[in-house]
Amino acid sequence: MSAIVGQPVDRKDGRLKVTGAAPYAAEFFQAGLVYGVPVQSTITLGHINNIDSSEAKKIKGVIDILTYKNAMSLHQTAGGDPNSGKFSEKDLLPLQSERIYYNGQHIAVVIAETFEIAEHAAALLRIDYNEEKPVIDIAQSEAKTYRPQQGLGGGSPQLKRGEADDGLDRAGVKFEQTYTTPVYHHNPMEPHSTCAYWDGDSLTVYDATQGVFGVQNLLANGMGIPKEKVRVISPFIGGGFGSKGFTWANTFLAPMAAKLVNRPVKIVLSRSFQMFTCAGRRSSTIQKISLGADSGGKISSGKHETTSETSFVDEFVEQAGIATRILYDLANLDIIQNLVRLHRGTPCPTRAPGEAPGTYAFEVAMDELAEKLNIDPLQLRLINYAEKNPFDGKEFSGKNLKWCYQQGAASIGWKDRSSKPGAVKEGKYLIGYGMATATYPANRSKASVKLKLYADGHAVAACCTQDIGTGTYTIMAQIMADILGLPMDKVEMKLGDSLFPQGPNSGGSQTMATTAPAVRAAALQAKSRTIQLAIADKRSPFYQQQEADIIAADGKLYVQHDQARQETYSQILSRNKMEWIDADATTDVTLKDGQKGPENDQAKKPAENPFAKQDEKMDREKYAFHSFGAHFVKVRVDSLTGMVKVEKISSAMDVGKILNEKTAKSQIMGGAIFGIGMALMEGSVYDPQTGRIVTKDLADYHVPVHADIPAFDVQFTDMPDYNISLVGSRGAGEIGITGITAAIANAVYNATGKRVRDLPMTPDKLLA
Amino acid sequence: MYPFTLVKVNDTAAAIKSASGNEHAKFIGGGTNLVDLMKMNIEKPEKLIDLNRLALKKIEKLSNGNILVGALVTNTDLAYHPLIRSHYPLLSEAILAGASPQLRNVATTGGNLLQRTRCYYFYDTATPCNKREPGSGCSAISGYSRIHAILGTSEQCIATHPSDMCVAMTALEAIIHVEGKDGKRIIAFSDFHSLPGEHPHIENTLAPADLIIAAEIPALGFAANSTYVKVRDRSSFDFALASAAVALDVQAGSVKHARIALGGVGTKPWRALAAEQALIDKPATMSHFELAADEELKNAKTTLYNSFKKELAKRTLISALQKTGGMV
Repeated sequence: MSAIVGQPVDRKDGRLKVTGAAPYAAEFFQAGLVYGVPVQSTITLGHINNIDSSEAKKIKGVIDILTYKNAMSLHQTAGGDPNSGKFSEKDLLPLQSERIYYNGQHIAVVIAETFEIAEHAAALLRIDYNEEKPVIDIAQSEAKTYRPQQGLGGGSPQLKRGEADDGLDRAGVKFEQTYTTPVYHHNPMEPHSTCAYWDGDSLTVYDATQGVFGVQNLLANGMGIPKEKVRVISPFIGGGFGSKGFTWANTFLAPMAAKLVNRPVKIVLSRSFQMFTCAGRRSSTIQKISLGADSGGKISSGKHETTSETSFVDEFVEQAGIATRILYDLANLDIIQNLVRLHRGTPCPTRAPGEAPGTYAFEVAMDELAEKLNIDPLQLRLINYAEKNPFDGKEFSGKNLKWCYQQGAASIGWKDRSSKPGAVKEGKYLIGYGMATATYPANRSKASVKLKLYADGHAVAACCTQDIGTGTYTIMAQIMADILGLPMDKVEMKLGDSLFPQGPNSGGSQTMATTAPAVRAAALQAKSRTIQLAIADKRSPFYQQQEADIIAADGKLYVQHDQARQETYSQILSRNKMEWIDADATTDVTLKDGQKGPENDQAKKPAENPFAKQDEKMDREKYAFHSFGAHFVKVRVDSLTGMVKVEKISSAMDVGKILNEKTAKSQIMGGAIFGIGMALMEGSVYDPQTGRIVTKDLADYHVPVHADIPAFDVQFTDMPDYNISLVGSRGAGEIGITGITAAIANAVYNATGKRVRDLPMTPDKLLA
Repeated sequence: MYPFTLVKVNDTAAAIKSASGNEHAKFIGGGTNLVDLMKMNIEKPEKLIDLNRLALKKIEKLSNGNILVGALVTNTDLAYHPLIRSHYPLLSEAILAGASPQLRNVATTGGNLLQRTRCYYFYDTATPCNKREPGSGCSAISGYSRIHAILGTSEQCIATHPSDMCVAMTALEAIIHVEGKDGKRIIAFSDFHSLPGEHPHIENTLAPADLIIAAEIPALGFAANSTYVKVRDRSSFDFALASAAVALDVQAGSVKHARIALGGVGTKPWRALAAEQALIDKPATMSHFELAADEELKNAKTTLYNSFKKELAKRTLISALQKTGGMV
């Protein structure tokens, strides 16, 4: 019974977006709105001696300048769980002291009547600093390495399974290599932006965020006001890629500035410099991979040692070894994670944090080992296929990776691949094929939804989660449409407002998997309540029928075996003189009934909505929840100049049931395009003398353009995973960027015989 | 951005008069480079003189067979003009290898001649730069110099000239028509751009209030056999790591005439006279192409992060020679 779910339905908000009518955080105008332009430190470590604002204040239209001297005191914003809000730099709440921890740290906000005046005045501030010698590079001698004990999500990044050292010593075939990846910046199209205004002691904030509920929590805690006094609104987000998952200083600076001048204040980070210094990044990594196998290709032992960077004001771990724990059936495995503190802003989750750089290194190592063993790379992966999760021995909730290997290989023409590198030439071009495995956890947490089914025959559901550009508005509406039997234009999902019931942070590819079951349960409850009204009502054709026999479809309800007995929601509600029917659902799979949660110390109550109750059995004792897939790539390399062109990407993914084929494909393609960036052109550079960002805008920081993007063939198993939810769908987001970078690197090697182990593989690195 | 006034003028005389005696005045055509620089507080003109009403938008064939390109002809109009496409493919290809369609639709020929470097440090007012602030020092020589020049550099500056169009124009020996306070004059292309030397902030030989009127492309029959090869980090919308404009006259397997210029490696659009000399009357073969490339790059001076450019420039040039030499 799913007419609309699964279809490649166009985005409900597509027209709004392409016509510019969709309001983003920076586009909410309030009467009296003024503009804040943040000013950043140009030194890397030290403190401010003096801020001379005399010239800036002479400019007509400058209202005030917010600095550590006149900024309100902020309270520590406890919490590290992204669902309840995570401030990205816990030891550097904005403008609280004269101390400078990194180049690009916010040190002032110039507030003026227009953006142009604020910008001009910002250039006139004269800052006098006391400078100290910073730690600016992982490889620098002052850089000290330590082993962090907590990664994203709280688990240890360190792992010891079996005896890896012994196993490596005894292995017949040994392999060891080091791979490096540079810093990446998220670069969402929409820059970080915040509009804030105070009404007495009530605060309203429009913020570009992946977590509306979290921002509300953080602002309430940080500013010392009750949560009920803070409203956060974020109806549209122009991409986040993780940078808007944690909360950055701009979200505080706007309300702080608004308080100072008693006017609404808008702050938008500039694309150049600000988006590259104070809105997060992916840490660089150095990854050493060791593998030991027998001559038949069975890998007995492995080691994955990562060194990544964090800041001096918080700890974030780019856990590159995280996917290595579950990818293959390795009896002996050491995952080691080292961290180095640098005087840079704090890194944060970026497009599959850990998995993206980790699967690059590990899946290239697999390719290198395959060559050493003289085994086809795809065959090597099948030899080491993990039927159960090697990390905890549990069954996977649903794993159909072999189908992915098969379909991807057929699509790219894997059989045409020459195992000898550099063997296939077309004129001056070298042709190569590569593949790699993709994987990402299938996350699901807690969501609450309320739904109203109106007497005029339309339904509206609301949840405080976000559509970060992935299609949440559309997909949730598809679920409502199918259950209620209404057409797409009669169902609406509302998102991105802290007045709505709490939904998840849009991180970890969990929005859909978490929210869809709650939407489903709420829609089922609304339908059920309507039908129950009818079957108890003598005036209804459904009087004394069985609820289970009544079907909703084509905008009406009817009895399954007697379709002449039918009526509409409108008829039922009108007869009962009801304007609407309410429904609400909370689906919470993070805790078992009776267990206490970290936020409120209240024991979890069993769900009241029976449909929600049915759908809380995400049995983590029995199953491991992960998605898998495979990328296959064909490249063409100019043998003279080293320029690489990705010709085709075939991706086959197992992410459970597909709810919207179009948005799901877009997610996988988008991830793979970022993989092209990682493989061939992306990477941030810091000045080797000063530690200041060098690649400070989109002219110098290269993301793929249309001409870099190849033909795609994206396929899905579309096999429902009812172990994760009754919707049957796992997240289809970040998995797209995992493995793809390795697949491209492996294809470049197959084409050229050159193994570049330091990303990106720019033309200069392929000349040698 | 600093505040400025905008003045619209109707003819060249008014434009020159408006700029005369005001060192803080600037002409603006498409503004695709100037406005960016103003936003970054690198250019701080007090007065902008908008040239877009001037009648400098024509491409015409002169009686001597040369082509006169008005200073306000857009990059798009020049690149797609039938005479340019058929007679000077290297110029058409060079322009289309640069920027994006949106930028080319408004960027002008005159403005392209005055395009400023994309050096990271020139663009960052928080760092020393001799080009931006004479005498403050060069951050690139000891800094991250991957995109910087290896030909024509000085102790003061290694900033790369960014234009693609100018690389083709220097190969074609274009002539720049200028009008100033003292009337009209012409400047040979090779004399137009200055090497950085001791004064990297001086980028060309224009006098204050000089206005570029046109670029004249001399007739050159064998330029119909020409190409522009550009190597960069991505397939489009990116500046050259190395580029080569080549026109070749090959008769009976032997090179009779050659015009060669390099981009992405020079502090100005780099005419490769040594490579041309090395090819004249030589067989159009791979080994001679390699020799010519070696000859041009033998004195290249690299820094820590751009040592690859010597080899890359050679290969880029060889690739263009192969294409025009009928080998690919």
